[in-house]
Amino acid sequence: MTTTTLAQPAEVPETGSAPIVVFDDVSITFDLKPVLHHISFEVAQGETLIILGPAGCGKSVLMKLANGLIEPDSGTIRVFGQDISHMRETDRFALRKRIGMVFQESALFDSLSVENNVAYRLNEEGVPYDEAHAKVEEVLRFVELSQAIDKNPSELSGGMRRRVSIARAIITAPDLILYDSPTGGLDPITSTTIIELIVKQRDVSHTTSLLITHRLQDAFTLATHRWNPEAGHMEPIPDGKIDDSTRFLVLNDGGIVFHGSTQELVHTTDPWLREYLS
Amino acid sequence: MPLPFETFAKQKIASVQEYSLLAGRAVANVFTGRRYWADIYTQMDSIGFGSVPIILLTGFFTGCVLALQSETALKQFGAVNMTGSLVSLSMVKELGPVLTGLMVSGRNASGIASELGSMKVTEQIDAMRALGTDPIRKLVTPRLVASVFMLFWLTILADAVGVLGGAIVSISMLGLNFTYYLHSSYQTLYFADVAQGLAKPVFSGFIMSTVGCYCGMTTKGGTQGVGRATTHAVVISAIFIIVCDFLVTRLMIGIFGR
Ligand SMILES: Nc1ncnc2c1ncn2[C@@H]1O[C@H](COP(=O)(O)OP(=O)(O)O)[C@@H](O)[C@H]1O
Ligand SMILES: [Mg+2]
Repeated sequence: MTTTTLAQPAEVPETGSAPIVVFDDVSITFDLKPVLHHISFEVAQGETLIILGPAGCGKSVLMKLANGLIEPDSGTIRVFGQDISHMRETDRFALRKRIGMVFQESALFDSLSVENNVAYRLNEEGVPYDEAHAKVEEVLRFVELSQAIDKNPSELSGGMRRRVSIARAIITAPDLILYDSPTGGLDPITSTTIIELIVKQRDVSHTTSLLITHRLQDAFTLATHRWNPEAGHMEPIPDGKIDDSTRFLVLNDGGIVFHGSTQELVHTTDPWLREYLS
Repeated sequence: MPLPFETFAKQKIASVQEYSLLAGRAVANVFTGRRYWADIYTQMDSIGFGSVPIILLTGFFTGCVLALQSETALKQFGAVNMTGSLVSLSMVKELGPVLTGLMVSGRNASGIASELGSMKVTEQIDAMRALGTDPIRKLVTPRLVASVFMLFWLTILADAVGVLGGAIVSISMLGLNFTYYLHSSYQTLYFADVAQGLAKPVFSGFIMSTVGCYCGMTTKGGTQGVGRATTHAVVISAIFIIVCDFLVTRLMIGIFGR
Protein backbone atom coordinates (compact mmCIF):
# COMPACT_ATOMS: atom_id res chain seq x y z
CA MET A 1 0.00 0.00 0.00
CA THR A 2 1.36 3.33 -0.85
CA THR A 3 0.35 5.98 1.55
CA THR A 4 1.37 9.40 1.41
CA THR A 5 3.23 12.24 2.82
CA LEU A 6 1.01 14.74 1.19
CA ALA A 7 -2.41 13.40 1.99
CA GLN A 8 -2.10 12.23 5.55
CA PRO A 9 0.20 14.42 7.57
CA ALA A 10 0.63 13.04 11.09
CA GLU A 11 -2.28 10.95 12.00
CA VAL A 12 -1.79 7.84 9.91
CA PRO A 13 1.40 5.80 9.92
CA GLU A 14 2.51 3.91 6.81
CA THR A 15 1.06 0.64 8.00
CA GLY A 16 -1.83 -0.42 10.17
CA SER A 17 -4.35 2.21 9.07
CA ALA A 18 -7.62 0.57 8.12
CA PRO A 19 -8.64 0.95 4.48
CA ILE A 20 -11.67 3.18 3.86
CA VAL A 21 -13.25 1.11 1.09
CA VAL A 22 -12.82 -2.64 0.67
CA PHE A 23 -14.35 -4.67 -2.15
CA ASP A 24 -14.05 -8.38 -1.47
CA ASP A 25 -14.91 -10.75 -4.33
CA VAL A 26 -17.90 -8.67 -5.46
CA SER A 27 -20.08 -9.84 -8.37
CA ILE A 28 -23.26 -8.41 -9.81
CA THR A 29 -25.53 -9.41 -12.69
CA PHE A 30 -28.26 -7.34 -14.34
CA ASP A 31 -30.95 -9.19 -16.31
CA LEU A 32 -28.72 -12.26 -16.82
CA LYS A 33 -25.86 -10.02 -17.98
CA PRO A 34 -22.84 -10.23 -15.68
CA VAL A 35 -21.63 -6.66 -15.16
CA LEU A 36 -18.93 -7.11 -12.50
CA HIS A 37 -17.37 -10.40 -11.52
CA HIS A 38 -15.10 -11.16 -8.60
CA ILE A 39 -13.89 -7.64 -8.00
CA SER A 40 -11.53 -7.15 -5.05
CA PHE A 41 -9.59 -4.02 -4.18
CA GLU A 42 -8.97 -1.61 -1.32
CA VAL A 43 -8.76 2.15 -1.02
CA ALA A 44 -6.54 3.49 1.76
CA GLN A 45 -7.17 6.61 3.76
CA GLY A 46 -6.26 9.77 1.86
CA GLU A 47 -5.97 7.94 -1.44
CA THR A 48 -7.52 9.11 -4.70
CA LEU A 49 -8.46 6.07 -6.75
CA ILE A 50 -9.04 6.87 -10.40
CA ILE A 51 -11.29 4.35 -12.12
CA LEU A 52 -10.80 3.98 -15.87
CA GLY A 53 -12.40 1.73 -18.43
CA PRO A 54 -14.41 1.69 -21.64
CA ALA A 55 -18.05 2.84 -21.56
CA GLY A 56 -20.50 0.32 -20.15
CA CYS A 57 -17.88 -1.72 -18.29
CA GLY A 58 -19.55 -1.17 -14.94
CA LYS A 59 -17.75 1.85 -13.49
CA SER A 60 -20.93 3.59 -12.36
CA VAL A 61 -22.29 0.33 -10.99
CA LEU A 62 -19.12 -0.09 -8.95
CA MET A 63 -19.50 3.38 -7.50
CA LYS A 64 -23.17 2.85 -6.62
CA LEU A 65 -22.20 -0.39 -4.92
CA ALA A 66 -19.67 1.53 -2.83
CA ASN A 67 -22.47 3.80 -1.60
CA GLY A 68 -24.92 0.96 -1.00
CA LEU A 69 -27.32 2.26 -3.67
CA ILE A 70 -27.37 -1.22 -5.19
CA GLU A 71 -26.58 -4.55 -3.59
CA PRO A 72 -24.11 -7.07 -5.00
CA ASP A 73 -25.23 -10.61 -5.80
CA SER A 74 -22.23 -11.97 -3.92
CA GLY A 75 -19.20 -10.71 -2.05
CA THR A 76 -18.96 -7.97 0.55
CA ILE A 77 -18.22 -4.25 0.43
CA ARG A 78 -16.91 -2.59 3.55
CA VAL A 79 -16.91 1.18 3.91
CA PHE A 80 -15.32 2.69 7.03
CA GLY A 81 -15.05 -0.90 8.27
CA GLN A 82 -18.80 -1.54 8.04
CA ASP A 83 -20.43 -3.98 5.67
CA ILE A 84 -22.60 -1.65 3.56
CA SER A 85 -23.70 -4.41 1.19
CA HIS A 86 -25.67 -6.37 3.78
CA MET A 87 -27.23 -3.65 5.81
CA ARG A 88 -30.75 -2.36 6.27
CA GLU A 89 -31.42 0.78 4.22
CA THR A 90 -32.17 2.73 7.41
CA ASP A 91 -28.73 1.89 8.79
CA ARG A 92 -27.07 2.90 5.53
CA PHE A 93 -28.29 6.47 5.96
CA ALA A 94 -25.97 6.90 8.94
CA LEU A 95 -23.02 5.67 6.88
CA ARG A 96 -23.94 7.81 3.88
CA LYS A 97 -23.76 10.92 6.04
CA ARG A 98 -19.98 10.46 5.80
CA ILE A 99 -19.98 9.96 2.01
CA GLY A 100 -20.38 12.63 -0.66
CA MET A 101 -21.38 11.59 -4.16
CA VAL A 102 -21.25 13.48 -7.46
CA PHE A 103 -23.45 11.79 -10.05
CA GLN A 104 -22.67 11.32 -13.71
CA GLU A 105 -25.30 13.82 -14.91
CA SER A 106 -25.10 15.94 -11.72
CA ALA A 107 -28.57 14.75 -10.54
CA LEU A 108 -29.52 18.15 -9.13
CA PHE A 109 -33.09 18.43 -7.80
CA ASP A 110 -34.90 20.46 -10.52
CA SER A 111 -37.56 21.54 -8.08
CA LEU A 112 -35.07 23.25 -5.75
CA SER A 113 -32.92 26.35 -6.21
CA VAL A 114 -29.13 26.09 -6.23
CA GLU A 115 -29.06 27.21 -2.62
CA ASN A 116 -31.52 24.53 -1.50
CA ASN A 117 -29.76 21.89 -3.57
CA VAL A 118 -26.45 22.67 -1.92
CA ALA A 119 -28.02 23.01 1.53
CA TYR A 120 -30.08 19.82 1.08
CA ARG A 121 -28.26 17.84 3.74
CA LEU A 122 -28.24 20.72 6.20
CA ASN A 123 -31.96 21.32 5.69
CA GLU A 124 -32.67 17.63 6.22
CA GLU A 125 -30.75 17.77 9.48
CA GLY A 126 -32.73 20.82 10.57
CA VAL A 127 -29.78 23.22 10.65
CA PRO A 128 -31.06 26.80 11.26
CA TYR A 129 -31.39 28.94 8.13
CA ASP A 130 -28.65 31.48 8.94
CA GLU A 131 -26.09 28.82 9.66
CA ALA A 132 -27.02 26.83 6.56
CA HIS A 133 -26.97 29.95 4.37
CA ALA A 134 -23.50 30.94 5.60
CA LYS A 135 -22.27 27.42 4.89
CA VAL A 136 -23.77 27.45 1.38
CA GLU A 137 -22.07 30.77 0.61
CA GLU A 138 -18.76 29.40 1.83
CA VAL A 139 -18.93 26.22 -0.21
CA LEU A 140 -20.18 28.03 -3.34
CA ARG A 141 -17.19 30.37 -2.99
CA PHE A 142 -14.98 27.27 -2.86
CA VAL A 143 -16.41 26.00 -6.15
CA GLU A 144 -16.34 29.57 -7.57
CA LEU A 145 -20.05 29.83 -8.20
CA SER A 146 -21.21 32.42 -5.65
CA GLN A 147 -23.21 34.34 -8.25
CA ALA A 148 -25.52 31.40 -9.00
CA ILE A 149 -26.93 30.96 -5.50
CA ASP A 150 -30.48 32.07 -6.40
CA LYS A 151 -30.64 30.38 -9.80
CA ASN A 152 -32.55 27.23 -10.67
CA PRO A 153 -30.67 24.17 -11.96
CA SER A 154 -32.35 24.53 -15.37
CA GLU A 155 -30.65 27.90 -15.85
CA LEU A 156 -27.15 26.48 -15.39
CA SER A 157 -24.63 25.24 -17.94
CA GLY A 158 -23.22 21.72 -17.70
CA GLY A 159 -20.03 22.85 -15.98
CA MET A 160 -21.95 24.95 -13.47
CA ARG A 161 -24.27 22.05 -12.70
CA ARG A 162 -21.23 19.88 -12.01
CA ARG A 163 -19.90 22.54 -9.61
CA VAL A 164 -23.20 22.73 -7.76
CA SER A 165 -23.21 18.96 -7.55
CA ILE A 166 -19.69 18.98 -6.08
CA ALA A 167 -20.71 21.73 -3.64
CA ARG A 168 -23.69 19.65 -2.52
CA ALA A 169 -21.46 16.64 -1.96
CA ILE A 170 -18.74 18.42 0.04
CA ILE A 171 -20.82 20.80 2.17
CA THR A 172 -20.75 18.49 5.20
CA ALA A 173 -17.02 17.74 4.77
CA PRO A 174 -17.49 14.01 4.11
CA ASP A 175 -14.73 11.46 4.79
CA LEU A 176 -15.15 9.85 1.38
CA ILE A 177 -16.10 11.45 -1.94
CA LEU A 178 -17.32 9.51 -4.98
CA TYR A 179 -17.02 11.37 -8.28
CA ASP A 180 -18.83 9.67 -11.16
CA SER A 181 -17.49 11.12 -14.43
CA PRO A 182 -17.26 14.70 -13.16
CA THR A 183 -16.03 15.87 -16.57
CA GLY A 184 -18.36 13.71 -18.69
CA GLY A 185 -20.05 15.67 -21.47
CA LEU A 186 -18.04 18.84 -20.87
CA ASP A 187 -15.76 20.65 -23.27
CA PRO A 188 -11.99 20.32 -22.62
CA ILE A 189 -11.58 23.77 -21.06
CA THR A 190 -14.49 23.33 -18.65
CA SER A 191 -13.23 19.83 -17.88
CA THR A 192 -9.89 21.22 -16.82
CA THR A 193 -11.54 23.73 -14.48
CA ILE A 194 -13.53 20.91 -12.87
CA ILE A 195 -10.35 18.84 -12.48
CA GLU A 196 -8.68 21.87 -10.93
CA LEU A 197 -11.54 22.02 -8.42
CA ILE A 198 -11.08 18.34 -7.58
CA VAL A 199 -7.32 18.85 -7.13
CA LYS A 200 -8.10 21.76 -4.83
CA GLN A 201 -10.55 19.69 -2.79
CA ARG A 202 -8.01 16.85 -2.59
CA ASP A 203 -5.09 19.03 -1.49
CA VAL A 204 -7.10 21.21 0.90
CA SER A 205 -9.07 18.48 2.68
CA HIS A 206 -7.07 15.30 1.93
CA THR A 207 -10.35 13.43 1.57
CA THR A 208 -10.28 9.85 0.38
CA SER A 209 -11.96 9.69 -3.01
CA LEU A 210 -12.96 7.49 -5.91
CA LEU A 211 -13.11 9.15 -9.31
CA ILE A 212 -14.43 7.75 -12.55
CA THR A 213 -13.28 9.26 -15.78
CA HIS A 214 -13.12 8.23 -19.40
CA ARG A 215 -10.62 11.00 -20.21
CA LEU A 216 -7.07 9.77 -19.61
CA GLN A 217 -5.87 13.32 -19.86
CA ASP A 218 -7.94 14.29 -16.81
CA ALA A 219 -6.56 11.33 -14.90
CA PHE A 220 -2.97 12.32 -15.63
CA THR A 221 -3.67 15.97 -14.80
CA LEU A 222 -4.88 14.80 -11.39
CA ALA A 223 -1.76 12.72 -10.86
CA THR A 224 0.74 15.37 -11.95
CA HIS A 225 -0.73 18.57 -10.54
CA ARG A 226 -1.15 20.10 -7.12
CA TRP A 227 -3.08 23.02 -5.70
CA ASN A 228 -1.10 26.19 -5.03
CA PRO A 229 -2.99 27.98 -2.26
CA GLU A 230 -0.96 31.21 -2.56
CA ALA A 231 -1.52 31.61 -6.28
CA GLY A 232 -5.07 30.21 -6.13
CA HIS A 233 -4.70 27.83 -9.05
CA MET A 234 -3.27 24.41 -9.75
CA GLU A 235 0.27 23.91 -11.01
CA PRO A 236 2.36 20.97 -12.16
CA ILE A 237 4.18 19.24 -9.36
CA PRO A 238 7.81 20.36 -9.85
CA ASP A 239 10.59 18.07 -11.14
CA GLY A 240 8.07 15.94 -13.02
CA LYS A 241 7.04 14.24 -9.77
CA ILE A 242 3.64 12.71 -9.33
CA ASP A 243 1.09 12.82 -6.54
CA ASP A 244 1.70 9.52 -4.78
CA SER A 245 -1.74 9.38 -3.19
CA THR A 246 -3.19 8.86 -6.66
CA ARG A 247 -3.74 5.27 -7.72
CA PHE A 248 -5.45 3.72 -10.72
CA LEU A 249 -7.99 0.96 -11.24
CA VAL A 250 -8.71 -0.08 -14.81
CA LEU A 251 -11.80 -2.18 -15.54
CA ASN A 252 -12.69 -4.11 -18.64
CA ASP A 253 -15.35 -6.76 -19.28
CA GLY A 254 -16.42 -6.70 -15.65
CA GLY A 255 -12.96 -7.54 -14.29
CA ILE A 256 -9.98 -5.60 -12.99
CA VAL A 257 -7.28 -5.23 -15.63
CA PHE A 258 -4.96 -3.08 -13.57
CA HIS A 259 -4.66 -1.75 -10.04
CA GLY A 260 -1.60 0.22 -9.02
CA SER A 261 0.28 3.49 -9.03
CA THR A 262 0.68 5.99 -11.84
CA GLN A 263 4.24 4.78 -12.49
CA GLU A 264 3.15 1.18 -12.78
CA LEU A 265 0.35 2.15 -15.15
CA VAL A 266 2.63 4.14 -17.43
CA HIS A 267 5.17 1.33 -17.59
CA THR A 268 2.70 -1.50 -18.02
CA THR A 269 3.48 -4.31 -20.42
CA ASP A 270 -0.07 -5.56 -20.72
CA PRO A 271 -0.94 -5.28 -24.44
CA TRP A 272 -4.65 -4.44 -23.98
CA LEU A 273 -3.74 -1.75 -21.47
CA ARG A 274 -1.07 -0.24 -23.72
CA GLU A 275 -3.59 -0.13 -26.53
CA TYR A 276 -6.20 1.48 -24.24
CA LEU A 277 -3.75 4.10 -22.95
CA SER A 278 -2.44 5.10 -26.34
CA MET B 1 -33.82 -22.31 -20.01
CA PRO B 2 -37.00 -21.08 -18.32
CA LEU B 3 -40.14 -21.00 -20.45
CA PRO B 4 -41.10 -17.57 -21.77
CA PHE B 5 -44.34 -17.73 -19.78
CA GLU B 6 -42.43 -18.58 -16.62
CA THR B 7 -40.22 -15.48 -16.76
CA PHE B 8 -43.27 -13.37 -17.52
CA ALA B 9 -45.17 -14.75 -14.53
CA LYS B 10 -42.14 -14.30 -12.29
CA GLN B 11 -41.78 -10.68 -13.37
CA LYS B 12 -45.43 -9.96 -12.67
CA ILE B 13 -45.29 -11.59 -9.24
CA ALA B 14 -42.12 -9.66 -8.44
CA SER B 15 -43.85 -6.40 -9.45
CA VAL B 16 -46.83 -7.14 -7.22
CA GLN B 17 -44.48 -7.88 -4.36
CA GLU B 18 -42.48 -4.70 -4.97
CA TYR B 19 -45.67 -2.65 -5.20
CA SER B 20 -46.99 -4.09 -1.94
CA LEU B 21 -43.73 -3.34 -0.18
CA LEU B 22 -43.74 0.24 -1.45
CA ALA B 23 -47.36 0.80 -0.44
CA GLY B 24 -46.81 -0.86 2.93
CA ARG B 25 -43.78 1.30 3.71
CA ALA B 26 -45.56 4.43 2.56
CA VAL B 27 -48.41 3.71 4.96
CA ALA B 28 -46.07 2.78 7.82
CA ASN B 29 -44.25 6.10 7.38
CA VAL B 30 -47.49 7.94 8.12
CA PHE B 31 -47.43 6.63 11.68
CA THR B 32 -43.73 6.60 12.51
CA GLY B 33 -40.74 8.88 12.34
CA ARG B 34 -40.26 12.12 10.52
CA ARG B 35 -43.11 13.69 8.53
CA TYR B 36 -42.48 16.10 5.67
CA TRP B 37 -45.31 18.55 6.30
CA ALA B 38 -44.14 21.08 3.72
CA ASP B 39 -44.21 18.39 1.03
CA ILE B 40 -47.65 17.23 2.19
CA TYR B 41 -49.05 20.77 1.85
CA THR B 42 -47.45 21.26 -1.56
CA GLN B 43 -48.98 18.01 -2.78
CA MET B 44 -52.38 18.87 -1.31
CA ASP B 45 -52.26 22.07 -3.25
CA SER B 46 -51.29 20.51 -6.56
CA ILE B 47 -53.36 17.31 -6.26
CA GLY B 48 -56.35 18.79 -4.44
CA PHE B 49 -56.86 22.40 -5.44
CA GLY B 50 -55.44 21.80 -8.88
CA SER B 51 -58.22 19.27 -9.50
CA VAL B 52 -61.11 21.51 -8.38
CA PRO B 53 -61.98 22.87 -11.86
CA ILE B 54 -62.22 19.45 -13.52
CA ILE B 55 -64.24 18.11 -10.58
CA LEU B 56 -66.68 21.02 -10.72
CA LEU B 57 -67.22 20.52 -14.43
CA THR B 58 -67.54 16.72 -14.43
CA GLY B 59 -69.69 16.69 -11.30
CA PHE B 60 -72.04 19.36 -12.59
CA PHE B 61 -72.61 17.88 -16.02
CA THR B 62 -72.92 14.34 -14.67
CA GLY B 63 -75.75 15.61 -12.46
CA CYS B 64 -77.38 17.32 -15.45
CA VAL B 65 -77.21 14.18 -17.60
CA LEU B 66 -78.50 12.01 -14.79
CA ALA B 67 -81.56 14.23 -14.43
CA LEU B 68 -82.29 14.04 -18.16
CA GLN B 69 -81.83 10.28 -18.32
CA SER B 70 -83.86 9.63 -15.16
CA GLU B 71 -86.73 11.66 -16.51
CA THR B 72 -87.15 9.53 -19.66
CA ALA B 73 -87.16 6.37 -17.57
CA LEU B 74 -89.34 7.69 -14.75
CA LYS B 75 -91.90 9.15 -17.16
CA GLN B 76 -93.02 5.64 -18.06
CA PHE B 77 -94.12 5.09 -14.48
CA GLY B 78 -95.47 8.59 -14.01
CA ALA B 79 -92.83 9.22 -11.37
CA VAL B 80 -90.96 12.20 -12.81
CA ASN B 81 -91.05 13.89 -9.44
CA MET B 82 -88.70 11.17 -8.14
CA THR B 83 -85.88 12.59 -10.31
CA GLY B 84 -84.24 14.28 -7.32
CA SER B 85 -83.87 11.10 -5.33
CA LEU B 86 -82.52 9.18 -8.32
CA VAL B 87 -79.92 11.84 -9.07
CA SER B 88 -78.75 12.14 -5.49
CA LEU B 89 -78.59 8.38 -4.89
CA SER B 90 -76.59 7.75 -8.07
CA MET B 91 -74.32 10.71 -7.46
CA VAL B 92 -73.54 10.03 -3.81
CA LYS B 93 -73.19 6.28 -3.94
CA GLU B 94 -71.56 5.70 -7.28
CA LEU B 95 -70.93 8.35 -9.88
CA GLY B 96 -69.53 11.02 -7.56
CA PRO B 97 -66.85 8.77 -6.05
CA VAL B 98 -66.01 6.83 -9.21
CA LEU B 99 -65.88 9.74 -11.62
CA THR B 100 -63.91 11.84 -9.16
CA GLY B 101 -61.53 8.93 -8.65
CA LEU B 102 -61.08 8.40 -12.39
CA MET B 103 -60.76 12.08 -13.30
CA VAL B 104 -58.35 12.88 -10.48
CA SER B 105 -56.31 9.76 -11.13
CA GLY B 106 -56.12 10.60 -14.83
CA ARG B 107 -54.65 13.91 -13.84
CA ASN B 108 -52.54 12.91 -10.85
CA ALA B 109 -51.42 9.30 -11.30
CA SER B 110 -49.89 10.47 -14.57
CA GLY B 111 -48.48 13.62 -13.00
CA ILE B 112 -46.92 11.71 -10.13
CA ALA B 113 -45.54 8.97 -12.40
CA SER B 114 -43.96 11.42 -14.82
CA GLU B 115 -42.46 13.55 -12.07
CA LEU B 116 -40.99 10.64 -10.14
CA GLY B 117 -40.07 8.90 -13.40
CA SER B 118 -38.04 11.90 -14.54
CA MET B 119 -36.39 12.02 -11.14
CA LYS B 120 -35.57 8.34 -11.43
CA VAL B 121 -34.01 8.49 -14.89
CA THR B 122 -31.95 11.59 -14.03
CA GLU B 123 -30.71 9.78 -10.89
CA GLN B 124 -32.33 12.32 -8.56
CA ILE B 125 -33.86 9.48 -6.54
CA ASP B 126 -30.46 7.85 -6.12
CA ALA B 127 -29.02 11.26 -5.25
CA MET B 128 -31.67 11.63 -2.58
CA ARG B 129 -30.72 8.27 -1.10
CA ALA B 130 -27.05 9.18 -1.32
CA LEU B 131 -27.81 12.37 0.62
CA GLY B 132 -29.38 10.31 3.39
CA THR B 133 -33.11 10.75 2.67
CA ASP B 134 -35.56 7.89 2.30
CA PRO B 135 -37.35 8.61 -1.00
CA ILE B 136 -40.45 6.69 0.13
CA ARG B 137 -40.79 8.93 3.16
CA LYS B 138 -39.99 12.12 1.26
CA LEU B 139 -41.80 11.47 -2.04
CA VAL B 140 -44.39 8.69 -1.69
CA THR B 141 -45.90 9.25 1.74
CA PRO B 142 -46.74 12.96 1.21
CA ARG B 143 -48.44 12.10 -2.09
CA LEU B 144 -50.38 9.28 -0.45
CA VAL B 145 -51.58 11.42 2.45
CA ALA B 146 -52.46 14.34 0.20
CA SER B 147 -54.34 12.15 -2.33
CA VAL B 148 -56.46 10.35 0.24
CA PHE B 149 -57.28 13.51 2.16
CA MET B 150 -58.05 15.69 -0.84
CA LEU B 151 -59.99 13.06 -2.79
CA PHE B 152 -62.37 12.74 0.15
CA TRP B 153 -63.29 16.43 -0.04
CA LEU B 154 -63.25 16.51 -3.83
CA THR B 155 -65.83 13.72 -3.84
CA ILE B 156 -68.12 15.68 -1.52
CA LEU B 157 -67.71 18.65 -3.85
CA ALA B 158 -68.57 16.52 -6.89
CA ASP B 159 -71.66 15.12 -5.14
CA ALA B 160 -72.84 18.60 -4.25
CA VAL B 161 -72.43 20.16 -7.69
CA GLY B 162 -73.92 17.01 -9.23
CA VAL B 163 -77.12 17.41 -7.20
CA LEU B 164 -77.09 21.10 -8.08
CA GLY B 165 -76.72 20.33 -11.80
CA GLY B 166 -79.60 17.86 -11.54
CA ALA B 167 -81.68 20.53 -9.83
CA ILE B 168 -81.02 23.11 -12.53
CA VAL B 169 -82.03 20.68 -15.29
CA SER B 170 -85.08 19.47 -13.37
CA ILE B 171 -86.36 22.96 -12.80
CA SER B 172 -85.52 24.61 -16.09
CA MET B 173 -86.15 21.71 -18.48
CA LEU B 174 -88.42 19.29 -16.64
CA GLY B 175 -90.51 21.83 -14.80
CA LEU B 176 -90.05 20.37 -11.30
CA ASN B 177 -90.39 22.30 -8.07
CA PHE B 178 -87.03 23.25 -6.50
CA THR B 179 -88.03 22.69 -2.87
CA TYR B 180 -89.53 19.35 -3.71
CA TYR B 181 -86.43 18.31 -5.66
CA LEU B 182 -84.13 19.14 -2.79
CA HIS B 183 -86.41 17.50 -0.28
CA SER B 184 -86.59 14.24 -2.21
CA SER B 185 -82.84 14.25 -2.85
CA TYR B 186 -82.19 14.62 0.82
CA GLN B 187 -84.87 12.25 2.12
CA THR B 188 -83.73 9.37 -0.03
CA LEU B 189 -80.18 9.24 1.38
CA TYR B 190 -79.48 6.99 4.35
CA PHE B 191 -76.33 6.81 6.44
CA ALA B 192 -75.28 3.66 4.57
CA ASP B 193 -75.36 5.49 1.23
CA VAL B 194 -73.21 8.33 2.47
CA ALA B 195 -70.80 5.96 4.21
CA GLN B 196 -70.42 3.97 1.00
CA GLY B 197 -69.87 7.10 -1.06
CA LEU B 198 -67.23 8.42 1.29
CA ALA B 199 -65.38 5.15 1.79
CA LYS B 200 -64.65 4.86 -1.92
CA PRO B 201 -62.46 7.96 -2.31
CA VAL B 202 -60.21 6.74 0.49
CA PHE B 203 -59.43 3.65 -1.57
CA SER B 204 -59.19 5.54 -4.88
CA GLY B 205 -56.80 8.06 -3.34
CA PHE B 206 -54.64 5.26 -2.02
CA ILE B 207 -54.64 3.51 -5.41
CA MET B 208 -53.84 6.53 -7.58
CA SER B 209 -50.97 7.72 -5.40
CA THR B 210 -49.32 4.37 -4.79
CA VAL B 211 -49.70 3.20 -8.39
CA GLY B 212 -48.41 6.56 -9.69
CA CYS B 213 -45.44 6.44 -7.33
CA TYR B 214 -44.69 2.79 -8.08
CA CYS B 215 -44.72 3.35 -11.85
CA GLY B 216 -42.57 6.45 -11.43
CA MET B 217 -40.01 4.94 -9.08
CA THR B 218 -39.53 1.83 -11.22
CA THR B 219 -39.11 3.73 -14.49
CA LYS B 220 -36.39 2.32 -16.74
CA GLY B 221 -34.97 3.44 -20.05
CA GLY B 222 -34.68 7.21 -20.24
CA THR B 223 -37.32 9.66 -21.38
CA GLN B 224 -39.12 6.97 -23.36
CA GLY B 225 -39.45 5.04 -20.14
CA VAL B 226 -41.04 8.05 -18.48
CA GLY B 227 -43.73 8.10 -21.18
CA ARG B 228 -44.40 4.39 -20.68
CA ALA B 229 -44.54 4.76 -16.90
CA THR B 230 -47.06 7.59 -17.23
CA THR B 231 -49.37 5.59 -19.49
CA HIS B 232 -49.14 2.54 -17.25
CA ALA B 233 -49.92 4.59 -14.18
CA VAL B 234 -53.13 5.96 -15.68
CA VAL B 235 -54.35 2.66 -17.08
CA ILE B 236 -53.51 0.56 -14.04
CA SER B 237 -54.91 3.00 -11.51
CA ALA B 238 -58.15 3.42 -13.51
CA ILE B 239 -58.67 -0.34 -13.63
CA PHE B 240 -57.84 -0.77 -9.96
CA ILE B 241 -60.21 2.03 -9.01
CA ILE B 242 -63.13 0.43 -10.83
CA VAL B 243 -62.40 -3.06 -9.51
CA CYS B 244 -62.00 -1.66 -6.01
CA ASP B 245 -65.27 0.25 -6.41
CA PHE B 246 -67.04 -3.03 -7.06
CA LEU B 247 -65.43 -4.71 -4.05
CA VAL B 248 -66.21 -1.83 -1.69
CA THR B 249 -69.80 -1.69 -2.92
CA ARG B 250 -70.22 -5.41 -2.32
CA LEU B 251 -68.66 -5.11 1.13
CA MET B 252 -70.86 -2.17 2.09
CA ILE B 253 -73.99 -3.95 0.92
CA GLY B 254 -72.87 -6.86 3.07
CA ILE B 255 -72.45 -4.59 6.09
CA PHE B 256 -75.43 -2.23 5.76
CA GLY B 257 -77.75 -4.23 3.58
CA ARG B 258 -78.13 -1.50 0.93
N1 LIG C 1 -30.10 -0.54 -13.03
C1 LIG C 1 -29.64 -1.26 -14.05
N2 LIG C 1 -30.42 -2.21 -14.62
C2 LIG C 1 -29.96 -2.96 -15.63
N3 LIG C 1 -28.73 -2.85 -16.17
C3 LIG C 1 -27.91 -1.93 -15.67
C4 LIG C 1 -28.31 -1.09 -14.58
N4 LIG C 1 -27.28 -0.27 -14.27
C5 LIG C 1 -26.29 -0.58 -15.13
N5 LIG C 1 -26.65 -1.57 -15.97
C6 LIG C 1 -25.82 -2.17 -17.01
O1 LIG C 1 -24.54 -2.35 -16.47
C7 LIG C 1 -23.55 -2.05 -17.41
C8 LIG C 1 -22.55 -1.09 -16.81
O2 LIG C 1 -23.15 0.16 -16.62
P1 LIG C 1 -22.36 1.40 -16.07
O3 LIG C 1 -21.74 1.05 -14.77
O4 LIG C 1 -23.32 2.53 -16.04
O5 LIG C 1 -21.25 1.67 -17.15
P2 LIG C 1 -20.10 2.77 -17.16
O6 LIG C 1 -18.84 2.02 -16.93
O7 LIG C 1 -20.14 3.39 -18.50
O8 LIG C 1 -20.42 3.74 -16.06
C9 LIG C 1 -24.24 -1.50 -18.63
O9 LIG C 1 -24.24 -2.49 -19.62
C10 LIG C 1 -25.65 -1.23 -18.17
O10 LIG C 1 -26.56 -1.53 -19.20
MG1 LIG D 1 -21.14 5.63 -16.02
